Amino acid sequence: MKYFARAVLGAAVVSLMASTAHADGHAKTLTIATVNNGDMIRMQGLTDDFTEKTGHKVEWVTLEENVLRQRVTTDITTKGGAFDIMTIGMYEAPIWGKNGWLVPLNNLSAEYDVDDILPAMRGGLSYDGTLFAAPFYGESSMIMYRTDLMEKAGMEMPDAPTWDFVRKAAAAMTDRDNDINGICLRGKAGWGEGGAFITAMSNSFGARWFDEEWNAQFDTEEWKNTLTFFKGMMDESGPAGYATNGFNENLSLFQQGKCGMWIDATVAASFVTNPKDSTVADSVGFALAPDTGLGKRSNWLWAWALAIPAGSQKVDAATQFIEWATSKGYIELVASKEGWANVPPGARTSLYENPNYKDIPFAKMTLDSILSADPNDSTVKPSPYVGIQFAAIPEFAGIATEVSQEFSAAYAGQQTIEEALAKAQAITNDAMEAAGYK
Amino acid sequence: MARAVTTQRKTLNTVIAWGIGLLIFFPILWTILTSFKTEGQAIADPPLFLFFDWTLENYAVVQERSDYMRFLWNSVIIAGGSTLLGIIIAVPAAWSMAFVPSKRTKDILLWMLSTKMLPAVGVLYPIYLLFISLGLLDTRIGLTIVLMLINLPIIVWMLYTYFKEIPGEILEAARMDGASLKEEILYVLTPMAIPGIASTVLLNIILAWNEAFWTLNLTAANAAPLTAFIASYSSPEGLFFAKLSAASTMAIAPILILGWFSQKQLVRGLTFGAVK
Amino acid sequence: MATQQSRSAARLMMAPAVVLLLGWMLVPLIMTLYFSFKKYLPLRGDSLENGLQWVGFQNYIRFVSSSSFWPSVQTTLIIVGGVLVITVVLGVLLALLLDQPMWGQGVVRILVIAPFFVMPTVSGLVWKNMFMDPINGILAHTWRFFGAEPLQWLSQHSLESIVLIVSWQWLPFATLILLTAIQSLDSEQLEAAEMDGASSLKRFWFIILPHLSRAITIVILIQTIFLLSVFAEIFVTTAGAFGTKTLTYLIFQRVLESQNVGLGSAGGVYAIILANIVAIFLMRIVGKNLDA
Repeated sequence: MKYFARAVLGAAVVSLMASTAHADGHAKTLTIATVNNGDMIRMQGLTDDFTEKTGHKVEWVTLEENVLRQRVTTDITTKGGAFDIMTIGMYEAPIWGKNGWLVPLNNLSAEYDVDDILPAMRGGLSYDGTLFAAPFYGESSMIMYRTDLMEKAGMEMPDAPTWDFVRKAAAAMTDRDNDINGICLRGKAGWGEGGAFITAMSNSFGARWFDEEWNAQFDTEEWKNTLTFFKGMMDESGPAGYATNGFNENLSLFQQGKCGMWIDATVAASFVTNPKDSTVADSVGFALAPDTGLGKRSNWLWAWALAIPAGSQKVDAATQFIEWATSKGYIELVASKEGWANVPPGARTSLYENPNYKDIPFAKMTLDSILSADPNDSTVKPSPYVGIQFAAIPEFAGIATEVSQEFSAAYAGQQTIEEALAKAQAITNDAMEAAGYK
Repeated sequence: MARAVTTQRKTLNTVIAWGIGLLIFFPILWTILTSFKTEGQAIADPPLFLFFDWTLENYAVVQERSDYMRFLWNSVIIAGGSTLLGIIIAVPAAWSMAFVPSKRTKDILLWMLSTKMLPAVGVLYPIYLLFISLGLLDTRIGLTIVLMLINLPIIVWMLYTYFKEIPGEILEAARMDGASLKEEILYVLTPMAIPGIASTVLLNIILAWNEAFWTLNLTAANAAPLTAFIASYSSPEGLFFAKLSAASTMAIAPILILGWFSQKQLVRGLTFGAVK
Repeated sequence: MATQQSRSAARLMMAPAVVLLLGWMLVPLIMTLYFSFKKYLPLRGDSLENGLQWVGFQNYIRFVSSSSFWPSVQTTLIIVGGVLVITVVLGVLLALLLDQPMWGQGVVRILVIAPFFVMPTVSGLVWKNMFMDPINGILAHTWRFFGAEPLQWLSQHSLESIVLIVSWQWLPFATLILLTAIQSLDSEQLEAAEMDGASSLKRFWFIILPHLSRAITIVILIQTIFLLSVFAEIFVTTAGAFGTKTLTYLIFQRVLESQNVGLGSAGGVYAIILANIVAIFLMRIVGKNLDA
């Protein structure tokens, strides 16, 4: 109760102070939990703009992704009320929305123009047609490749390559003596790291996590083909120790010029083309993530989004903040200060219609990748779940992390692909049974 | 009577000890060096040792992004407060166990240590719920209490060991001279135990300073200490080594300085041996 | 020599510590035991207010029957044992060395103690990316300098790497405790032995080591408690892959990644049992030193 009393008192004091400056007299302090990615850091720097406009103050709790996830999940499931706004992903939004833990974003203002949000993003952040979180930025995945190395190898990257082409090109670009690996991909354990990559890749090989009865599908040929292809290609042309490489490891390899190709999040495009950190900024090309001709590509869909926990005392102020941070105006604000290449991508249709943004080399490929991803229809064979690189059920994060640990062990040669798949099958079925699916 | 030591022997000792010391310290030295590089230089191949363009940019970025002093202040209060509180509670307990041992002393000591065996993550939900209902979530007082409880067994153990080193005869002599229990503790025991207490304090401040589970999971904006500060610099999207190194250096520096000062207290242990 | 009066005073002085720790132990323990018999899946909407379903020993059975359980126990024991051996042996040698007269003793001591000041997350990240990375790591550069093929530390030698990182962090603790103990050693006794012609090995074995026995015991017991719950170093380096999943890590996965509090709580109970087995085992080996 002391905390509550203090919060009330604090809010009262703050509003008292603010009311002298602002006519509405309801200024509040919002505590916002967010992830430490570049776009969010930039948002923190621009908070003054929000405070000026509304009078509300903001306290930031910026945490590394995994810590953030465990922190906000604990708080939301126990109704701790430590945060007024939480930054969550496309995985959490529908699950939490279903449980009634988030305030529905029904009453957004007309000028906010909710219909401008890319349909894929809106769909992924809704449950049952209700939007529960507003996308701050969105991403898919695509191929980033070295145009100079591709040329040297005497090949040309099509806009929509197949996996066979990628493998051939990787082998041709590999030059071990000069420390150049044809392809760098995520092998690191963790559902958001290697787990996300291999799941998205498996979609293009016709695999799926579950059949319609929620039976694990790791005993199928499709999964075996996916892993065999991945390991085969990475052993041929990947960097040493790829089984521990995640997003950041591959990013630094690519920036140092040690990768011919890298298939990863579209937001990485602005990092690899930034001459300040990247030694290869001038020679990066982009293409859609590969497929195998089965009708599904291997790109994923993700958004970092802002949501308000149900039961919050500051819904109005929090809504104002969300409208500010995910608005068209915010994008323009960033563009005016940091340039168009650094605005939060992938959330709004209008951004991609903006002539200023069309010149950005990776803009078109980012949009095409996002548009070609459909969380509601991600697998070749029918599946009971929503999501591309994940299945939006509460159990998935835990299962996929364990499964990806088995895969990583197979990449490192500590067990065979067959053994890894057999274990994955057992782990998944066991966990699904524990959760009461069967 | 000090043992005679040849210069040759001393030189040899110095060379070996410095060699090993620098080897052990190297990862930290490397972190500090990296904090003065740009992100690009931080991952340069081959690695840059000293010849790069030294920059303070990372420190500027870190300071601009997060209010270092606030995190630092929370860390100081939480680590210092929990250690102080722990010492106050542990000194009498350790004293009585060391000088008035009973048959159960050893069992109690072991039991105290066993309270640390429950993995923290297993009780996150119970403790979190408890904190919500007590209104302690995101408060410094709540964290101070938790860290004190976590480290109390360690404090008791360390003090107990140091107290055990003190010869009981000295205390008896004081008692014979008519010293009261209070006088005995204040004027006889405490001066002798200062090196032990000092190293206990130092180690426990470090343990509390670095405790990263409860300090992260029970705080939001108000009570967050340096572990939360670090968690906002570890593994973001993009290159982060130079900035993480700068943030780490800032998180380590206060403790390093404290360690430097308490060094004198630790050295006093040498004379302590001579008292015996 | 204790009188009745000092005994009751002693009891009184122990009381605050004992009562506090009793509370700190019982409340979470009882709640853990309670949860371990319940179905508690927070993300499926289970909560204390809505009432939790009783499932008997189901969580306990499921936790042990998981294919990860026994390997995780084994991994835990290897890490604890490996780090203990390394830190105690090197700690004794370092403490002996640092006790010798030398120039800049104070600085060297700080250098040796410093790794203990680094937060586990940071040391995990630093080791993984700046040292053990098979392409950019300093160790890889060193290996290549000598013409050898760089090791893939974290995937091919994962357990050794974790033991190395954790040992680096805990060696200062052992050294500091042992150094303080050595400094209380009676130097006259050593000199007498020296004059009697005892070799330095003999002096070490018959005088120094016995003197250090209690300090070594403390180091082993306290470190064991911390090592049983090593987490951040694994989390940021291998994320539990390549056979580095400890029991603590497994519980973390059950509680926070799978959001199955009941199952995780059952795991917590197993962890307590394991810790106690280890403690009893250790006490049989080193416990007698405590009476000294």
